[in-house]
Amino acid sequence: MSYFLSSKKFFQTVKSFTLAELWSGMWLTLKYMYLKRKVTIAYPYEKNPLSPRFRGEHALRRYANGEERCIACKLCEAVCPAQAITIEAEEREDGSRRTTRYDIDMTKCIYCGLCEESCPVDAIVEGPNFEFATETREELFYNKEKLLSNGDRWELEIAQRLERDAEYR
Amino acid sequence: MGNASYFWNEVIMPVLSLTGYILLILIPLLLAVAYLTFVERKVIAAMQLRLGPNVVGWFGLLQPFADGLKLLHKETIIPTRSNPILFLLAPLITFGLSLSAWAVIPFSPGCVISNINVGILYLFAISSLGVYGIIIAGWASNSKYPFLGALRSAAQMVSYEVSIGLVIITVLLSVGSLNLSEIVTAQEKVWFIIPHLPMAVIFIISALAETNRAPFDLPEAEAELVSGYNVEYSSMTFALFFLGEYANMILMSAMGSILFLGGWLPPFNFAPFTWIPGIVWFALKISFLLFIFLWVRATFPRYRYDQLMRLGWKVFLPFSLAWVVLTASFLVIFNLLPGK
Repeated sequence: MSYFLSSKKFFQTVKSFTLAELWSGMWLTLKYMYLKRKVTIAYPYEKNPLSPRFRGEHALRRYANGEERCIACKLCEAVCPAQAITIEAEEREDGSRRTTRYDIDMTKCIYCGLCEESCPVDAIVEGPNFEFATETREELFYNKEKLLSNGDRWELEIAQRLERDAEYR
Repeated sequence: MGNASYFWNEVIMPVLSLTGYILLILIPLLLAVAYLTFVERKVIAAMQLRLGPNVVGWFGLLQPFADGLKLLHKETIIPTRSNPILFLLAPLITFGLSLSAWAVIPFSPGCVISNINVGILYLFAISSLGVYGIIIAGWASNSKYPFLGALRSAAQMVSYEVSIGLVIITVLLSVGSLNLSEIVTAQEKVWFIIPHLPMAVIFIISALAETNRAPFDLPEAEAELVSGYNVEYSSMTFALFFLGEYANMILMSAMGSILFLGGWLPPFNFAPFTWIPGIVWFALKISFLLFIFLWVRATFPRYRYDQLMRLGWKVFLPFSLAWVVLTASFLVIFNLLPGK
């Protein structure tokens, strides 16, 4: 008896027999059920904000006059750790150096953003779009045409993102 | 001619009316099981700050039917080296047993299919037999995870039945009858949860273990056993296990409300409470106990196997045994033994 009264053992025994800690845990979940705001986002209808550095679907940008930015320096092809980029280049009629082929295998790409980093003219970028799932693998082998059309489609967002992030670069 | 009318009155009519009664219980019960799965997802989602199913129908109310339809048109796979007869029999046993127990549950005064005098024993026997469905499933699958899951489940159910038995004995000592309706009417003055509160808590915890629910869901510990005894099951055979588990939860809740919460009796025996019919009180009490099942699942992590066995044999068994002795001596000393 003295053993029980003289030590913390007594309170521990009372605590474990009244299930005190179990009740406090259950009280917590009950509070969460009624008091806390739900964190679920109804995805296709609601979306989380994206960071300006978010690395989504690739796009090839153009200058304001419609001239494509890419000068076929092949830095992105060289830096790509997954070797997802294939570029072939030739001299155009006006003497400027341009790509004749710019393919990205989106099934190989690991979305590391190194192509974007290495580009000296901000031509290849990873845009904000992440909803480009397809039904076949073949549709994910992007060519130059597809990438340029992505650039035209997302130019507004891409430009805004670059501007917002510029001061940190 | 006389023979024919005898046959009609004594054989056909009783069978027909009994079938009617059974359907009257089974259909609401199966609906309750379907919606219990839905409510479980909603309640646990709410406690984890999620929304839960809310796309199929209003507030996701058609989700259980969507799930059922999905299961129905999947393929029933019978593993090559399994024992197909037992493999298909196991879910039927689990499901059939979980439904057949409802024959003795009194919903309100006199509203029971079979008012037998050993009702509680019948219930206890049926819930003990439930382990066979699981063992047979584990053995007939001829596969390692189901086998391990079935072993764990059998050990667990057998261990906790002992303390459930002693809990039932304390209640029976205070009632003096094995008849479920009499157990309820004996609680007219005070529900047994008040004098036997520790036993009620032990009953609820043992019921969690008995139905293999979290935090005692070791037989289907996803992380270690994939899904336990039902790994090899698919389609309707899986659905039967699933329905059986949830029907067992409802059954254990009904048993708990009959033993400790006064079954169909209102909480206070005066005007506004007595207007509400008994079956509504019974349903409310079952829902409350079911909510505890879900609440516990959302709160506690899974027990380890040795902790589970320690709790069953070294805590619950001595404690409930002591309580039986205490109750019996109390009743004898104060000459309160029922039936005297």
